[in-house]
Amino acid sequence: MRPSDLLQPRPQGLYCPPGDFFIDPVKPVGRALITHGHADHARAGHGTVMATRETLEIMAIRYGEGFAGSRQEARLGERVAVNGVEVSFHPAGHVLGSAQIRVAQGGRCIVASGDYKRRRDPTCLGFEPIACDVFITEATFGLPVFRHPDDAGEIARLLASLGQFPERTHLVGAYSLGKAQRVIRLLRDAGYAETIYIHGALEKLCAYYESQGIALGPLAPATIDNGGKAAFAGKIVVGPPSAFADRWARRFSDPVSAFASGWMRIRQRAKQRGVELPLILSDHSDWDELVATIADTGASEVWVTHGREEALVRWCEINGIAARPLHLVGYEDEGD
Amino acid sequence: MKLFADLLDRLVLTSSRNAKLKLLADYFASVPDPDRGLALAAITGDLDIPSFKPAMLRALVMERMDPVLFAYSYDYVGDLAETVSLVWPAREGRVLHNADPSLSEAVAALIEAGRANGPSVFAALLDRLDAPSRFALIKLVTGGLRIGVSARRAKQALADFGQIEVAEIEELWHGIAPPYEALFAWLEKRGEKPVPQAQALFRPVMLSNPVQDGDLEKLDPADYRAEWKWDGIRVQATSEGGVHRLYSRTGDDISGAFPDLLEAMDFSGAIDGELLVGVAGQHTGTFSDLQQRLNRKAVSAKMREKFPVFVRCYDLLQDGHDDLRPLPFLERRSRLEAFVARLPAVRFDLSPFVDFSGWEELDDRRRRPPHPVIEGVMLKRRDSAYVPGRPKGPWFKWKRDPHTVDAVLMYAQRGHGKRSSFYSDYTFGVWTGPEEKPELVPVGKAYFGFTDEELRQIDKFVRDNTVERFGPVRSVRAERGHGLVLEVAFEGLNRSTRHKSGVAMRFPRISRLRWDKPAAEADRLETLQALLDG
Ligand SMILES: [Zn+2]
Repeated sequence: MRPSDLLQPRPQGLYCPPGDFFIDPVKPVGRALITHGHADHARAGHGTVMATRETLEIMAIRYGEGFAGSRQEARLGERVAVNGVEVSFHPAGHVLGSAQIRVAQGGRCIVASGDYKRRRDPTCLGFEPIACDVFITEATFGLPVFRHPDDAGEIARLLASLGQFPERTHLVGAYSLGKAQRVIRLLRDAGYAETIYIHGALEKLCAYYESQGIALGPLAPATIDNGGKAAFAGKIVVGPPSAFADRWARRFSDPVSAFASGWMRIRQRAKQRGVELPLILSDHSDWDELVATIADTGASEVWVTHGREEALVRWCEINGIAARPLHLVGYEDEGD
Repeated sequence: MKLFADLLDRLVLTSSRNAKLKLLADYFASVPDPDRGLALAAITGDLDIPSFKPAMLRALVMERMDPVLFAYSYDYVGDLAETVSLVWPAREGRVLHNADPSLSEAVAALIEAGRANGPSVFAALLDRLDAPSRFALIKLVTGGLRIGVSARRAKQALADFGQIEVAEIEELWHGIAPPYEALFAWLEKRGEKPVPQAQALFRPVMLSNPVQDGDLEKLDPADYRAEWKWDGIRVQATSEGGVHRLYSRTGDDISGAFPDLLEAMDFSGAIDGELLVGVAGQHTGTFSDLQQRLNRKAVSAKMREKFPVFVRCYDLLQDGHDDLRPLPFLERRSRLEAFVARLPAVRFDLSPFVDFSGWEELDDRRRRPPHPVIEGVMLKRRDSAYVPGRPKGPWFKWKRDPHTVDAVLMYAQRGHGKRSSFYSDYTFGVWTGPEEKPELVPVGKAYFGFTDEELRQIDKFVRDNTVERFGPVRSVRAERGHGLVLEVAFEGLNRSTRHKSGVAMRFPRISRLRWDKPAAEADRLETLQALLDG
């Protein structure tokens, strides 16, 4: 049996013919195994969804309880047969509930990592390398230019700016699932105890994180009724990046616009978006983490998906590992 | 090095003037000597550091990584210095804080290394730096920090830091050198004001205030003298002990671009005047002509012949050993007249007085100046001492009214800082081509002149009438039957080969929104061209 008999790219997503299921399909299918709750990986309208409890709950928050015909909870590390194919979920370290999916049959084993990162994240379980024959890796930041600095240093820059410009609102753009909660949690870890104001789009997910035991400290909605423009002077406001370019952002006094994203490593990206304080904080692996992970899994073959496949394929080539791009479409890294 | 790198990165992305000044002043306050002085020199362009060619940089990185991976990276980032700073194979996090070499250590190591060892010393430094610091160091040695901070702005930040007038810094500037330890000691009130160690130094310039409604009623015309305000660039021509220098009004040394004038500066003194193209006393060229001579490193003989420059003298600050600045204006003026009479007549002439008996008469003359290169009149109190800065009262400028043109809004770009959620930078155009089928051609850009309420109205118009988006820019509907007409005020026009319209406006700003005016009735390009030829 060749690995491609066990998992293969289809227009709907990665498909397992013997198990008759898809991993993170981008179109409605009968049975979907879902790595994590970001919109490009978790879509509504499948027949059955198998995912971790947190991912199922996040999907219910985002799409409503009827997001799928039925749900099957995957417990981390537990091996379950799906139509005779052995399936198990393992922490991916990307966002709360995120998992890699291991698929095995007839002595062959493939791990689909979904999105993942290696560094410590106080809002989710850490990535566990799983030995496999084929490792399917993401490549969002699959170029040697992407090397994320230390999280604490980035948070320290935000707090330093707040100290320097106490009359200005510090608007932090952060995606609503995962990044926003991580930024808030990292601020708390750095000793920032004041109320953090959040955009409406973040409320439900922040409350969910809280309910899962991730303490986010005092939060309040960033609405004008909360005291008008002056009330936000010297405060931190977190909102989804899309809101920053819009009228919502006008309610704040002379804001310092910050954006928490791995893309902020590239100065031109920050400039184009009008970001004054780029915070290089990513929920994806940087280049060094990607290549270290490939080595850690011991995989003899690597399939590369969504992102900058060509550089990672080149790295594998130099290091004597068989590699090919999967050319899956439809993944736009909402998470970063 | 980290702090310097942080400063550069923040300055590049910060658009507010006050925020930039704050970032700089905080840096000066928190970083010790000699690093802060070297950083200051790097920003003002006064830092002496060995330079490296981009090819050397590329060669160094090629010894360390796969060329294909480098090519992918460079292709993605687009900037060589930034690419190298990011891909340089020193693992993030391995750079210990106490291993971070200081700016001064890095500069000293590179100077000491010399030509032969330069590359290896440079590479060893990169190994010890984090990515932003690598970027800063690479930018330093390859030239071109380009951080959007002028030398003038840096001096203002120093003045803020030391809570003194910027004029005091400007006066010292050309007589002190990096790392400016004595300067910082003085600014921190730990030491004496440094004594400049050079000749022909810059003297901070005296500026005027615009005449505003009601100003003149309170003044007695008999207390003032008037002279024409010429449309060139304000300069200070200083000679002392055989050293000749030409400074801009902000104290930048621009001698290099005007060797023809410098040759003629065989005097001992400091003249305040207007740099103009032409031949003193005979012909005065336009600002457009003068621009041919500005911002050039080298000037060809042909250039010098076609666009000769001269100084039209306003004031005399130094005459031999005498500092004239405390004297009354009229006394300085008579010294100036005697002084200029001894200078080469084709390079120096006097700015003539404009006689008047009352404000109305002067207003009339201001509106009908005898020469197109005049942009208004200057009023100077007869007894005014020459004091740096912009004191209120002794000097006024009373400009000719600005030109206006009705143009159609074509593109709008998102603003910065406070205005980042508004479309606040506007490109506008006028009609050209056949009368029956005219097209709009862009003639300028403006981002001020309107009120906050007007900004909201234009922003709404832009959002409701967007045709296309490209990044932060939107094109808006601009047709004969549908478009927003803006009345644009501007100070003058230059000929331009860079713009399709062939004209470039000076100081354009939005003076009125003409919601009432149909777009088809906006002005045509010919109107502007006529102004250019007049
Ligand atoms: Zn994701």
